[in-house]
Amino acid sequence: MTVLLNVKDLRAYYGQVQALHGLSFSLNEGSLTTLLGANGAGKTTTLRAICNMVRSTGGIEFDGKPLNNRSTESIVRFGIAHVPQGRGTFTTMTVEENLQLGAITRKDSAGIVSDIERMYSHFPVLKQRHTQQAGTLSGGEQQMLAVARALMLRPRLMLLDEPSFGLAPLVVRDLFGILGKINREDKVSILVVEQNAQLALELADKAYVIETGRIVMSGAAKDIATNEEIRKSYLGY
Amino acid sequence: MELFTNQVLAGIATGAIYACMALAVVMIYQAIDHLNFAQGEMAMFSTFISWQLMQWGLSYWAAFLITLAFSFVAGIAIERILFKPLAKAPVLTNVAGFIALFAIVNSSAGLIWDFTIKQYPTPFGSSPFLGSQLISTHQAGMIGVTVLLLVALYFFFQYTRIGLAMRAAASLPESARLVGINTSWMIALGWGMATAIGAIAGMLIAPVVFLEPNMMGGVLIYGFAAAVLGGLTSPFGAVVGGFLVGVFENLAGTYIPGVGNELKLPIALALIISVLVVKPAGLFGRQIVKRV
Repeated sequence: MTVLLNVKDLRAYYGQVQALHGLSFSLNEGSLTTLLGANGAGKTTTLRAICNMVRSTGGIEFDGKPLNNRSTESIVRFGIAHVPQGRGTFTTMTVEENLQLGAITRKDSAGIVSDIERMYSHFPVLKQRHTQQAGTLSGGEQQMLAVARALMLRPRLMLLDEPSFGLAPLVVRDLFGILGKINREDKVSILVVEQNAQLALELADKAYVIETGRIVMSGAAKDIATNEEIRKSYLGY
Repeated sequence: MELFTNQVLAGIATGAIYACMALAVVMIYQAIDHLNFAQGEMAMFSTFISWQLMQWGLSYWAAFLITLAFSFVAGIAIERILFKPLAKAPVLTNVAGFIALFAIVNSSAGLIWDFTIKQYPTPFGSSPFLGSQLISTHQAGMIGVTVLLLVALYFFFQYTRIGLAMRAAASLPESARLVGINTSWMIALGWGMATAIGAIAGMLIAPVVFLEPNMMGGVLIYGFAAAVLGGLTSPFGAVVGGFLVGVFENLAGTYIPGVGNELKLPIALALIISVLVVKPAGLFGRQIVKRV
């Protein structure tokens, strides 16, 4: 298995405050890896550091190429789609415009048109609402739209920041089912950050546990899920 | 009744110019959250460029198009050189930047072309429009060019990918970067377009107010009034506001005793204050809510 994303000794700062203290992990091509941890552990910061949205030092390599010191928009052009916390939906634009924005870096207009149709078959509710302003969608629908928008990039790696946040349990099940399908069928590697550890561990093949800006545990997702001690001390269920 | 119709039509004609200025102001405001005080001076400078080109023997429309291209590039250059470095600076630093730009552009124009008033030609002529005494051909031309411009801008922002990217960058910069949009260049592009739109306004109003370095002072205040009335966050509102302010200004000058031509400008200022007190978001603007 080839390593797609390799993070070494990552340190990140908000002003004078250090949020990550030498974090290292890697993600294999085709894998669905999850980063778990409590509030404030540094999960979101890790994703933001990968896309250079926060000041950081250390090594971040994507497919063997260093990402450090590149602008956020040029990192996206490597094929890294980031669905931020709060989804980053363009609420004043229509659903279809949101999807077109996801593909704004692509030049193949025929491919974009067919990909929009593909998204509508993945997420039928988006087709029903394609002329509606995205801000009028429900939370679950907006999360579907955010995932669809990210897929419009035809990414090699998708970064998801708490996709379950604020959604009803049934909707979360649906969404995670779709994520698994995208990972298997479209061969998109996924790095998902979650507080809902139980669900994320069911879906993922590999897991890392973060605490105060450091990796404290890593392994196959099913081993972590069945390890009583880790569960009690870090995952809280 | 004829006086009324005449004043309304004349108001729509000058309103078209205010709409252009308001639109230019709103485009830059949406991109960088600051009011460009120098918008009028930039438009004045562009108008001088077109005048100079005509003095050198070019036809009106050739000078018009070259001036648009020049203004577009100049707008981008101003953003890259002066305001990109100020992107993260406090509000007051930016205000100082705009005032500096105002003074520099105004004085440069005075230095190059001096402060005497110059005649500026109109390509439309000033005979009565379609034989009617209500409106002149130049006024009709002002309305026509503005409407064409607005339609073109609408199609650009609604149906082109670059227009979509510019809208995305203005509404949510961080999300725009996450889909791969170079937001910094979108801001520069916005400056270029706003400067070109201002140039159109300047060239259309110059035959009315005459060409001189301070010609846009009053016009810009009406433009601000229009932008505030329509809502600083809404390009559509800015345009509607422009036409409303134009008509309101003319009617107030005609029918309110004691206002006349001399007190028209304070009316624009009173309008700005009233809107800010009564409905700060303007007619079409969105209420900006900040999480604290």
